[in-house]
Amino acid sequence: MSTPAVTVKDLTVRYGEVLALKSASLELNSSRICGLIGMNGSGKSTLFKAIMGLVKPDSGTVHINGGTPAQARKSAAIGYVPQSEDVDWAFPVSVHDVVMMGRYGHMGFTRRPSKADKLAVDEALERVELTDYAHRQIGQLSGGQKKRAFVARGIAQNATILLLDEPFAGVDKRSEATITRLLREQASSGAAILISTHDLHALPNLADEAVLLMQKVLMHGDPQTVLRPENLALAFGLDVLGRGEDA
Amino acid sequence: MNPIDLILEPLGYGFMINALATAVTAAGVCAVLSCWLVLIGWSLMGDAVSHAVLPGVVLAYVFSVPFAIGALLFGFLAVALIGAVRDTSRIKEDAAIGIVFSTLFALGLVLISVTPSQTDLGHIIFGNLLGVSKAELIQIVILGVLALGALLLKRKDFTLFAFDATHAHAIGLNPRLLGAALLGLLALTSVVALQAVGVILVVAMLIIPGATAHLLTDRFGRMLLIAPLISVSCAVIGLYVSYYLDTASGGMIVLTQGAVFALVYLFSPTQGLLGRKIVRSLRRDAASSKHEAAAEH
Repeated sequence: MSTPAVTVKDLTVRYGEVLALKSASLELNSSRICGLIGMNGSGKSTLFKAIMGLVKPDSGTVHINGGTPAQARKSAAIGYVPQSEDVDWAFPVSVHDVVMMGRYGHMGFTRRPSKADKLAVDEALERVELTDYAHRQIGQLSGGQKKRAFVARGIAQNATILLLDEPFAGVDKRSEATITRLLREQASSGAAILISTHDLHALPNLADEAVLLMQKVLMHGDPQTVLRPENLALAFGLDVLGRGEDA
Repeated sequence: MNPIDLILEPLGYGFMINALATAVTAAGVCAVLSCWLVLIGWSLMGDAVSHAVLPGVVLAYVFSVPFAIGALLFGFLAVALIGAVRDTSRIKEDAAIGIVFSTLFALGLVLISVTPSQTDLGHIIFGNLLGVSKAELIQIVILGVLALGALLLKRKDFTLFAFDATHAHAIGLNPRLLGAALLGLLALTSVVALQAVGVILVVAMLIIPGATAHLLTDRFGRMLLIAPLISVSCAVIGLYVSYYLDTASGGMIVLTQGAVFALVYLFSPTQGLLGRKIVRSLRRDAASSKHEAAAEH
């Protein structure tokens, strides 16, 4: 069997008194999309950060393509699409600038783009259908276009592991469909994709597998099974069984 | 007096030429750095570091080493102390910044009061643009060019750091190092500017030009041109006004920058409070007159 794209083993992360992840284990494989489900505070963001090597685990390990996260970062293998709240939309950069930032890992000391870099950016913009918006300031896009710009950054980067934090929050149906199609394309060309989402209805169309997280990985399987009410109840508390806000 | 003489007369004095060169250098370097500071949200940090370098500069004078070394040392000390107070107690960051920089600034004042010196170290606090010597000017220009060179060479990394430090980390850059480099350059730049406008007003030069440019453009590349252009123009205008009105030169420069910011804040065509309204009503007029012209035909 080939090495998993991401192997998280017995990962425990603490912020002071707060236990964010408790002995979480997870494998992500190439060419597959995995949906990450859990309440706020269930450790989703911490898991992303741990895979990127942004938090120091108290115990446990993260391996990426068989190596350390640091090696994976050096080879620009990890692409990250941030939550909308984490982006300064008034920042004076254009869509083109943002997508070009995906190429920095492939550039030299002063980050002068080569022909290949420019080509990769143009191609990525075309695939997310933002070519006509390339020179807009990022704040002047719709919610869905904003997300597509960041997905384009991951595509231009040639990331083999894509991490997306809530990519469908505040996104119209059409953009959601476009993003889903793009991610499916990226997966079929070999990327391992991890998506945190609250949109449980869309999950079976999007993901090959799903993970229920609550400090530890409660369940990892095909989306239909994981989304059964009795399983969701484990991660979201018992009220889902009754009326449930998410049902 | 004709306008040419108005411009040329002050240049007959050597001290005015030194003052002009110092002001232009300081204004230019500070303005470029300010573009990143205002976007990262480090304006308070700029305030803190530029004040906290004071004891470093005084000690550097005492031990006759370059001011830049003392400034760098105390600049980083301030940042480390702020981080320590914020992370290891329930004190919030703004309070931590306030405590650390004002204490270090006070230490600087105390050190000045016990240091016998020929050059009045008090000048560092309010600036002494008209008393800058040739040797000092050379030091200022060298530091300014170094800081400017480093900023422009790595400008794309700094911009990525300012915009999305997580992505910077994910693609193998080192955001901590970039942040530290930016803070180091902030300390260097403070040394450049403190002889021009003094410790107290350095922060104005580190914030106002970037903020003004941010209201005028949506492109970072243009911000990097607009900010120094405005800042340097204000420095020159402020210096001339102070010459003819016989007012404090450092204060006049900052006052000019503040006035230009106010104008841009009100009248910027895209972001200005009144500017947006004016542009909209002009468009409406143009549209309705086109309408009328069409109706007459």
